[in-house]
Amino acid sequence: MDMDKVDQIIDKHNCEASSLIQVLLDIQGANNWLPKEALDRVAERLQVPLTRIQHIATFYKAFSVVPKGRHGVHICLGTACHVRGASRILDTVQDITGLNPGETDLDLKFSLETVNCLGCCALGPVMEVDGKVHGKMAPAKIADVLKNYD
Amino acid sequence: MSDVVLTIDGKQVTAKKDMTVLEAARSAGIHIPTLCYHEKLEPYGACRLCVVEIEQRGWWRLVVSCVYPVENNLVVKTRSEKIDRIRKTIIELLLAHAPDAFELVDLAKEYGADRNRFEKEPSFCIHCGLCVRYCAEIKKAFAIGFINRGTKREISFIPEIASKVCWDCKECFPLCPTEALQAAFVLARAMSFPELDYDANVKGK
Ligand code: SF4
Ligand code: FES
Ligand code: FES
Repeated sequence: MDMDKVDQIIDKHNCEASSLIQVLLDIQGANNWLPKEALDRVAERLQVPLTRIQHIATFYKAFSVVPKGRHGVHICLGTACHVRGASRILDTVQDITGLNPGETDLDLKFSLETVNCLGCCALGPVMEVDGKVHGKMAPAKIADVLKNYD
Repeated sequence: MSDVVLTIDGKQVTAKKDMTVLEAARSAGIHIPTLCYHEKLEPYGACRLCVVEIEQRGWWRLVVSCVYPVENNLVVKTRSEKIDRIRKTIIELLLAHAPDAFELVDLAKEYGADRNRFEKEPSFCIHCGLCVRYCAEIKKAFAIGFINRGTKREISFIPEIASKVCWDCKECFPLCPTEALQAAFVLARAMSFPELDYDANVKGK
C-alpha cells in the first residue's frame, strides 16, 4: 500500500490518537486490508503503541490484517437461506473461485466469507458481492454474477 | 484524607478513601485470593477470583473486590459457601487451560477444585494480562500485547521491540501465573531472532 495514502488519511484525522479506529477504518476501506507497514506508520504518527493497534485490528471483524481481495463475496448461511439451498450456492462459489470461506485468491480478486443472515431472508438464498445483494440465487446463475467483477 | 471504616469478616477495618475492598482487606491482614491483581498496576478485574459478598439493604451481593471501592459502613464477607463455589468453578475453568500451573494447583487444593472437570484445552495463558500491563504501565515498552478476541485471544510479542528490550528485561516472566509467557517468548525469539537463539543455546553465551 502507498504510504502517501496512509499519510493523507492520518492527516485527514488531524493525526489524533483518539481517531485511531477511524483511521484504521479508512485504511481498511481504501486498501481492503491493513498491511503491517501501514500499522507501523499509524503507530509512529499517532504515537499509539503498536500493541494497542494490533489489539484493535485483530479484535474487530471490520478489519483484516491479512490480504483481502478487491471484491468481498458473502454467502448467507442463515436459517432461511440454509433451507433454500445455501450450501449448494456456497459449493458452487467455492468451485468457481477455488476458495474456502475466509480465503482470498492470489490475484487479490475475491475474498470469500460466509455470514449468518443478511437481513433479507425473503430473497434467499442470498449472495452479496461488494455490498450488492444478489437474491434468489441458483448455482447456475453464479458464474454470470461473478464474471462482472475483475 | 478522611478515612473510611468498614467491616470485613466481622473485623473493623479503617481504610483510605481511594482504596479498593481488596486493598483494605490486605492492609488488615485479611487474605483474598487473586490472580490478575498486582499492587503496582491499575486494577484490571479479569480473573474474578477475588469475588466477595457485600451487604446492601439486607441483601448479600457479589462484587469483585480488586475493583470495588471502599465505602463507609460497608459490610464484607470474603468467604462463604457461595463465594467458595464460584472460586472453585473459576479455578476449574482456568485449569482446563493451564492444568499444571502451580498457583492454580495450589488454589485447587484449597477450594477442592477438580482439575479434570472441564475438557482440557491447554492454551496455557489465562489472560490475566499481568505481562501485558506490566510491560505497558511500568516499563512503558509495549513489547507484548493481546491479539484476537474471545476464545482466540492470545499474547503476542512485537518482534522489533522485543528484540531490543526483552532480552535484558524479562521482568514479566515471574509475574505469569502459568508458564505461558516464557514459552511464548522462547518461541517468538526462536522464530524472530534465530541468531540470538543460536548464540544463547548453541554457543552457550
Ligand atoms: S502469558 Fe501469563 S502473565 Fe501474560 S496474560 Fe497470559 S497468563 Fe497472564
Ligand atoms: S437467512 Fe439469509 S438473509 Fe436471512
Ligand atoms: S484479582 Fe480481582 S479480578 Fe483478578
